[in-house]
This record gives sequence, C-alpha cells and structure tokens, in this order.
Amino acid sequence: MVAETKKLEFGAKAHVALNDPKLRANFRRAMDGLMTKRAAQFADVAEWTSLRARGAAVRANALAKLPELLEQLEANCRKNGIQVHWAETTAEANAIVLGILEAAGAKTVIKGKSMVTEEMHLNAHLEKHGITPVESDLGEYIIQLAGEAPSHIVMPCIHKNKAEIAELFHDKIAGQAYTENVDELTAAARAALRGAFAGADAGISGVNFAVAETGTLVLIENEGNGRLSTTLPPLHIAVTGIEKVLEKLDDVPPLLSLLPRSATGQPITTYVNMISSPRKEGEKDGPKAVHLVLLDNGRSRVHGDTELRDTLRCIRCAACMNHCPVYTRVGGHTYSFTYPGPIGKLLTPQLEGLDCAGDQPHASTLCRACADVCPVKIPIPDLLVRLRTESVRPTSPGAVKGAGSATSATETLGWKGWTLLYASPLVYRIGTRMLGWFGNLMPSSAPMLKQWTSVRTKPKFAPKSLHELAREKGFCDE
Amino acid sequence: MSKQPRPESVYFFGTCLIDLFYPAAGLAGMELLKREGLKVVFPPKQTCCGQPARNNGYQDEARKVARLQLDSFPGDWPIVVPSGSCAGMMKTHYPEMFEGTPDHDRAQAFSARVFELTEFLVDVLGVKLEDKGQPVTITWHPSCHSQREAGVVEQPKSLLRQLSNVTLIENPREKECCGFGGAFAVRQAEISAAMVTDKVASIEETGATSVVSGDCGCLMNITGAAEKAKKGFKGRHIAEFILERCHGG
Ligand code: SF4
Repeated sequence: MVAETKKLEFGAKAHVALNDPKLRANFRRAMDGLMTKRAAQFADVAEWTSLRARGAAVRANALAKLPELLEQLEANCRKNGIQVHWAETTAEANAIVLGILEAAGAKTVIKGKSMVTEEMHLNAHLEKHGITPVESDLGEYIIQLAGEAPSHIVMPCIHKNKAEIAELFHDKIAGQAYTENVDELTAAARAALRGAFAGADAGISGVNFAVAETGTLVLIENEGNGRLSTTLPPLHIAVTGIEKVLEKLDDVPPLLSLLPRSATGQPITTYVNMISSPRKEGEKDGPKAVHLVLLDNGRSRVHGDTELRDTLRCIRCAACMNHCPVYTRVGGHTYSFTYPGPIGKLLTPQLEGLDCAGDQPHASTLCRACADVCPVKIPIPDLLVRLRTESVRPTSPGAVKGAGSATSATETLGWKGWTLLYASPLVYRIGTRMLGWFGNLMPSSAPMLKQWTSVRTKPKFAPKSLHELAREKGFCDE
Repeated sequence: MSKQPRPESVYFFGTCLIDLFYPAAGLAGMELLKREGLKVVFPPKQTCCGQPARNNGYQDEARKVARLQLDSFPGDWPIVVPSGSCAGMMKTHYPEMFEGTPDHDRAQAFSARVFELTEFLVDVLGVKLEDKGQPVTITWHPSCHSQREAGVVEQPKSLLRQLSNVTLIENPREKECCGFGGAFAVRQAEISAAMVTDKVASIEETGATSVVSGDCGCLMNITGAAEKAKKGFKGRHIAEFILERCHGG
C-alpha cells in the first residue's frame, strides 16, 4: 500500500550515489553498452524515423480513443473468458489482487516482471497477508533477495556488478558457494526458481500491450519466466496501467520492433507471449482462470490534459534513462519512486503529485537526449518545463496534482527582478553596467556562487559589455 | 537546410551571457559577418532571449522578456545568434510561447528569421575560410540545445575542418551534456559538478589544447571546471577562434 507522502530528497540521495565509486562505475559501463547497442539497431536513420513515427502514431491514436478502447478491451477479454477488474487507486488494485488470490486459496505466487506491481508495492501487501510472492525475472529475483527496489525499469539490478551478486547469492541461497562465474550464478537462480514455478498457486504478470480489438494481452520477455508464470500455475493475474491499451493487432508489430531495440539493443525479444484466454477444453496447459486488473492511479487525470497526455504514450523501454546524463550518474534509487530517469521525472509528479515529487522535473538540464531516443516521441523536456510551470503557477485548477506547491515568495521575487532587468532596455543598460562594476567583487562563498565554485572558477564580468563595445564599433546604428 | 538568398544586412543578437561575460565572442561574430560584406546591426534595445525564465517555469516573465526581443528587431533581416541554446529557444519555443496571444504571428515570423551563427555562415553565406594560424589541435563541444533544439550539428564542424592548420579531434563523448543547464548547476550542484568533471576529463583525453564551442554557457561551465582543476586546455567560442585564425583577431 502506498500512502507515499515522502517529500523527495533527490539531492541528498544523489549525494550518496555520486560518492559511491562502485555504483558510478557499474552504471557508466552498463549504460555505455546499452547506448552502443541501441545505436547499432537504429543506424538506418530513415528506417528509424518512419518506424518511430508509426510507433508514436499508434500510441497517440490509442490514447485519443482511450475510453472507447478500454471498454472494447473489457468486452473482448470477457468474451475470451478473461475476468476484468478496474482499480482507481493502487490500494484498490492491491485489494483486488489479494481478493482473487484469497478466493482461490493461493498461498504462493510466482511473478513475472511488472513495473506496475512495483508502483502498487504489491509484494509488501501480499506478504502482509501471508502470501509469498517470488520474483522470477532474474534481475527482479536478485533485488528481491537483496531487499531492494528496481533501479531501472528494464534491468532492475543493473546497479550491481558480478561480485556483488556473487556475494548476495552466497549469503542468501542456502548452500551456495561464492562464485563469480556467471553461468553458475544463473544456474543457482534457475534451480531456486524452478521449484518456485512448480509449487506456485498463482502467477502474476504485467502487460506490455493490451489489444482492444481482440482482447489479447501481449507480454514480451527474454528469459521465459513470464511464459512460465502465466502458463504453469492454475491462476494468472495480469496487472496493467490503463494506458497500455492498443486499438488493434496491427498496432503491435511496430512497437514489438521499437521496444527491445530501444531497450537492450536486441532486434527482438526471445519470447512474445500473446494471452487471449484461460485454458480451453482439451488444452494441455495454461491457467484455468485469467484475470486482468486495470489500474488508473492518476492516469485518467494525466489523460485529461491534452499536452501532458503524451506522457502516457510511454512503452517503458528505458531508452530515455539509458541516455540520461543524470540517471547514468545517480542511478534509479536516487529517484525514490518506482519510475526513475526522464520518464520517471515526468510520470511520478503527475501520479504522486507535485507537492510530493516536485523536485523531480528540476533534476534535468533539459539536454533533450531523452527526447532524441524516445521511440514514441514523447517530448519529455517540454513536458518537464510544463510541470515546472505548473508547480509555480497552475494553469487550471486540478490539472496536475499538487500544482502551485512550489510557489515561494523569494523565488517569485527573484524572477520579478530578473524580468525587470531584462524586459526594459533602460533598466538593463543601467543594471548590467552596475553588474559589470560590482559583480566581480562578489565572494565565491555567496549563495548560488558557492555551488557554482564548488568545482569551477568564478565567472568574470567583462570590463565592457557587448552593448558598449557594439556601440563603440559602430554596430548599433540602424 | 535552409538555403536562402544572401541578404545585404543582418541583425545580431548578442545573448545575455555574451553581453556580460564574453563580449569578445559577440564582437568576433559580428566581425565575421561584416567581413563577408554584410551590414551588421546590433539593436541596442535587445537583452536576453528569455530562456532562463521559461526553463524554470516562469512563463509570463519569459514572455515579457521575449516580447522585448520581438520589438527590438523590427526589420525583416535575418537574426544571427552566436549561441545554439538561445537560437534554439527563439526558433522552437517563441511560437509556442505566444500561441493564443496577439503576438503569435510576429513570433512565428521572428522565429523563421533566427539563425545560429555557424548555421548562417555555412548554409546561407557559404563562407570559405583561409587559415593563417599556427598548427593547433582542438576538439569541438556542441551544446545540447544547438544539436537537439536548433538542429545545428554539422555546420560548426565543417567550418573547423576548413581550417588547414587545425586538427579537429572528435571527443567520443561530445554529445553528452556538460552539466550546465542554467539553474540546474545550482539546484543540483553535485550532479552538475559530476557531469562537468566527466566532460573535462573526456576533453582532456582527446589531447586537444583547446575546446571550441558555440555556446558560452557550456564554455563557462567547462573552462571554469578545467581552470579550477588546472587542466592543460583552454576554451574558445567558435567565432573568436575562427576570426583569430583567419583574420588575426
Ligand atoms: S519515455 Fe520513451 S524512451 Fe522513456 S521509457 Fe518511455 S517510451 Fe522509452
């Protein structure tokens, strides 16, 4: 359950991350590799441009028709025998999942990778009610053993290196000797997980795309754990945000191409699961019951704003974080919430409120590296500016949760002064001349200058401004 | 790429950072244009493109300042900007900032006249540079906004490659942000510090004695950090660098 009222202390967490040389090296190495692999996938600019335009269009179209498509999805899922549940909040979603499990008498759950269940903090909720969830994605399994949250949305334990994992396995898996041999480590996890798969009463998974036209749940993955989680146990519960819907089956291929190539630089994932019903008469495998839980958790509010709506196009490929100069230095845990990196800075304040996560939109240089690689063309930096604007001056009441929360008298006054200086030629002329005279006298320890001079020398005002020089050199006559 | 007829006159937008901290870069930009035979006009009412306020969420304030710029360049000459960041702001954000206001049309017309300096030198003037300087090894730093907002990528490098005695070494991390980001450098001081430290290291690794850039925000950040860490390279604005090499300063 997430009654998250924590005020994000991004700076403080960043301080810890930046001073952890191991973490910084892990991220740098991993992200450099991912960037190179992605670049190789999209070397053909024309292909990238057209595929990306299609991906963006498919997602934008789905969002434009979201209410109808959700109804259609529900109707078609029901027709297929999938039971559909709607959850307004994460608490409701948790209660629904728990209710289904309890009704089935399920005690152990095997989970495929799912960020939305992280958003719900589902594992903690289940554990509190005596149900043991086991994460079956290797990365998720590792962080579950470590008692951590994912630090990346595709590769949840990217912040750890081999030696750290070796140590963790040695500590947490009974009888496991210390080894840095990757094959042996994988084998150890596999052995532990096989038992969990076999004994699980239910499987829980996320959803990559939910196709309204056919009532199909599309799930992509590399390890086969998603397939096992959704076919082996007698009960399968799929959980997804309401934005993941697509209009038709034809919309899936461009996204199936964009997602893994953007994420890990793979041409395609090993598994593409398309789930359209529980086990039918005469079929040999598959769960007896399939449930779909559709979570809103603030998404319909985001959807209500035609500009911010673009946030919901996201297909969770993580390319934006892999290319983000901030994320690659501080890692996902610094963000404190489920979704880190550029998309997190955009999504989190909208889901949790600007009053709670209002620092996040500011943790960006607006360098646009994220927007450059986003396969569905989300203009992340522009939307970050929109959120910054909302936090100081709400555009319409209730547009964004917690809007207006960053209004500070000092800051407003500062910008008033700035405007006074730059919006009037006369004030500018006098003001800048004074700055030129006295500016260099400012001590390095002055507020703001102090942060700047932590690693840089103090900037020096020039003896004569360009305005003065241009006049002297005769450039000013019109 | 915008191919447009060679004008007789151009406006020059100095940018607030150049005005106060790097006027020589601005003057060099104007000199380069003048030496191409153009009449260069620096409207004295101009101040700042308004980017600092916009990026911090103060849109009304940004519009007020931007409106002064709309007023300050009344003719229909091209507006040449020696900064990819400010050029990007004026090209891409002015029209959207004034959407739904009476100034929208003129903001759009204004934006269409904005050129980043190297973009103008290459795409419009097709300048030919004659290098008169000593052999030197440099590397290029593109600002994030010049690359990704103003869409200026190849032009500055093509200028630098015209210089016969200049060896341009590519920095494998050149596209990565230097960590300036305006208020970011202060709000997220530690992350910014880590970014600029990495940037300085990557420039140092190229072995270049100078880093040349078209943006004074980045230059202030990078050279400030290099100076404090006593690194062996200097920073130059591309206009100053070219002027010095070709015309002796
Ligand atoms: S915002 Fe774009 S790049 Fe980032 S995870 Fe979503 S789809 Fe991928």
